[in-house]
Amino acid sequence: MKMNLLSNRRQKTLWMMVIGTIVLLAIIFSKVWVDTDKILTNLNTRNVAPTWDYLFGTDWLGRDMFTRTMMGLSLSIRVGLIGAIGSTVIALTLGMVAATMGKTVDRVISWLIDLFLSVPHLVALILISFTVGGGFKGVVIGLIATHWPSLARVIRAEVMQVRSAEYVQMSRRLGKSNGWIAVHHIFPHLVPQVIIGFMLLFPHAILHEAAITFLGLGLSPHEPAIGIILSESMKYLSSGLWWLAFFPGLALLIVVRLFDKIGESLKVLIDPTKAHL
Amino acid sequence: MALKIGRFLFFKAIRIATLLVAICLISFLLVKNSPIDPIQAYIGADMLKVSPEQRAQIEAYWGLDQPVMTQFFSWGSAVLQGDLGTSMIYRRPVIDVIGERFVNSIVLMVAAWILSGIIGFTLGVIAAMKRNTWIDRMIQWYCYTLASTPTFWVGLLMVIVFAVWLGWFPVGLGVPVGVLAEDVTILDRLQHLFLPVITLSIVGVAGVALHTRQKLIDVLSSDYILFAKARGERGFLLFWRHGLRNILLPAITLQFAAFSELFGGAVLAEQVFSYPGLGQATVEAGLRGDVPLLLGLVIFSTFFVFTGNLLADLIYQVVDPRTREGRVK
Amino acid sequence: MAILEVKNLSISFEQYRSGLKREVIDVMSNLSIELEEGEILAIVGSSGSGKSLLAHAMLNILPENAKTSGQIFYEGKPLTDVELTALRGKELAFIPQSVNFLDPLMQVGKQVRQSSRNGNAVEKQRSVFECYHLGKEVEKLYPFQLSGGMARRTLLSTAAVSDAKIIIADEPTPGLDEVVIQEALRNFREFADENRAVMLITHDIGAALTIADKIAVFYAGTVVEIAPVGDFSGKGEKLRHPYTKALWRALPQNEFTPIPGAQPHLSDLPKGCLFAPRCPLMTEACTVERPRVRELRDGKVRCIHAT
Repeated sequence: MKMNLLSNRRQKTLWMMVIGTIVLLAIIFSKVWVDTDKILTNLNTRNVAPTWDYLFGTDWLGRDMFTRTMMGLSLSIRVGLIGAIGSTVIALTLGMVAATMGKTVDRVISWLIDLFLSVPHLVALILISFTVGGGFKGVVIGLIATHWPSLARVIRAEVMQVRSAEYVQMSRRLGKSNGWIAVHHIFPHLVPQVIIGFMLLFPHAILHEAAITFLGLGLSPHEPAIGIILSESMKYLSSGLWWLAFFPGLALLIVVRLFDKIGESLKVLIDPTKAHL
Repeated sequence: MALKIGRFLFFKAIRIATLLVAICLISFLLVKNSPIDPIQAYIGADMLKVSPEQRAQIEAYWGLDQPVMTQFFSWGSAVLQGDLGTSMIYRRPVIDVIGERFVNSIVLMVAAWILSGIIGFTLGVIAAMKRNTWIDRMIQWYCYTLASTPTFWVGLLMVIVFAVWLGWFPVGLGVPVGVLAEDVTILDRLQHLFLPVITLSIVGVAGVALHTRQKLIDVLSSDYILFAKARGERGFLLFWRHGLRNILLPAITLQFAAFSELFGGAVLAEQVFSYPGLGQATVEAGLRGDVPLLLGLVIFSTFFVFTGNLLADLIYQVVDPRTREGRVK
Repeated sequence: MAILEVKNLSISFEQYRSGLKREVIDVMSNLSIELEEGEILAIVGSSGSGKSLLAHAMLNILPENAKTSGQIFYEGKPLTDVELTALRGKELAFIPQSVNFLDPLMQVGKQVRQSSRNGNAVEKQRSVFECYHLGKEVEKLYPFQLSGGMARRTLLSTAAVSDAKIIIADEPTPGLDEVVIQEALRNFREFADENRAVMLITHDIGAALTIADKIAVFYAGTVVEIAPVGDFSGKGEKLRHPYTKALWRALPQNEFTPIPGAQPHLSDLPKGCLFAPRCPLMTEACTVERPRVRELRDGKVRCIHAT
């Protein structure tokens, strides 16, 4: 019995990833399949509790919450994507530079990492958003600036480990250039780490985008963002419109969890240190 | 030993000082470059009534006409003397606002910190001891799900269930509206504290629980547990003698090192429950362009995080025999 | 009478290599061994031959992904896992290989005392420490503060304070100075003479020969020969298995001739006799199937050519 479980785990992981990816793609491209007219104000269908027609109910302006949620998620994922890509690029650059450019540079970068880790994420996001004047730009810059440090550490450690490996020392003695070594030895090791790191960064970026928007310092109130939907809902909770907060938040949770799951699954499949699973 | 810890503290202090100075400088430069006009933020709607001459006077009074670095140094030297300036929203010294808010926040954070620490640790231990059973899978599932849950949404759910449906708790505000500060009872305060604490604790257990689980699994597969088993120890006795002492320290350290997330969580929880703490003040300062307060809060929260990290390091230095007593060979 | 008997013990591990492939590695096959009352049985063999695994299997402390088959008898009765587990610490004492087997955060005196099941634990621990030349201050030290020799003596102490009938010692002597080795070996002898039994796992054939009654030779996860200690003499004419003979000749005090080739890797074992690829006596018949263990001149051997 136990043996069967073990043998299936990897295949299950693979299926998990495929299904998760399909769901996420469906949400990102929700514009194609949802009826965008449903988010227009419709005073005939105000404050409808969830039904089959309105899965997530409607709000005080008669807008369909399901459609709003899907579009909000799509926006959140796209913003998170930009944030995660930017952060990964910074992490990759600084991690490699720290590992290869000598002791002084390494010290400066690890000092820099400490610097960015010492301000609470959310406070840093508020500060950056304030500086840029809020809005889309503020959120994106904030996300990029705050999510790279831990991945940079991982990459630095990885590069250092590969560089000290015997076969790399050997190539060096054979007179291969730094560039050749980077392309043939370091990148192949780094690629899985970077992909996993990126996938695990992604859900964080989405959550932080939602949080800062919820606080009113992120995306503008005119955007159909999840954070906006949730912060608007607060006014109506005491009058019993629970679905305004419940479903959008749940949908956000599921999306973040899916990303996280895909990231973890990738780690299990690619990471050689997890071979016993 | 005292000497060793003294040295350790000295080098830590230097590192923290350089980081703090850098944070101050960066934050200062950032807010100075904000498109939000501090004078308009200060004066608000009456801005139209201010003539250009008056404006220039205010700028000169605040030193806004000086070069940025000069401004930084005059602000910095004031900060060193404990003067963080005057909050524009509250019209009071920033240090007073932070002090008052800190008392509110610290109650919230300490309560949530202890609660989530104990619950998280217990869950982690149970999961590891019952590894690969349904209990373990449930605890893991719960923790991974929580790690993906927006804190503010949990807060909203709390409001829906406990404040709106059950009516057990007030929807917001740290104290009842329309009651004088002196007349607020401890019970009132506790009642307003309850939901934010629960919210923060629910979200906070994930990290400790997963970490403790992994750590205990590592410990349980270690050679010394193998040997303890070979000597006939098992079950709870085995955990009590050799498991607990090897996982408690890392768990406590992790809790101290998590001050940053704790503060972030408090910002969101306070916003949901309109709890008058530091987090809410940070949001207000950001939204309404209260530059001195925002800077003060950035510095303060950084200080808070450093304190947590320092305590985490110190505990290792003092408690763990491997770092406490050098090698005698 | 055999106090402890292992019959047809096989152990395999399961692991994933790359991607989705799973594989099972047999690390021990059809191993049988007996421990007699009043006897010291030495188990010798190079590293990777499965010596430590046998000890762990006898204590039921193998890792989770290990699969075992076979049976263990205690005083003639077959044991279930639960019964075997109950014997640990009470009837079976284990002396592990290294300081890593001590709890890093507990003073060593306390750890030794925990092995004592009855009587005054503190007194016992102190007298045993004295016997092994461990000063009074040692009991208050943490494992990381011990030197290699002190750590081994502490590990020996854990067995000495217990009232176990059987001691399983996994490489207890390396790193100790000659005086302490002699002391430890004498202790094992005394222990065995009280009608108890010792299983001494070692790759130091020299030390094994001085105190053991019987020697079991391990090769690639199985026993190739069990011989009385007296058979190890002269040019090894009395020995049964070609590997044992080669081992004997490889000792520095004898011919000092190394054995050509290397022990096969566990994931790539030969189909027939495990020693066949390195054996001077190999014939066609050796490669067909694994030879069975047979009794031969007051010992046992796993070789079709042995006489």
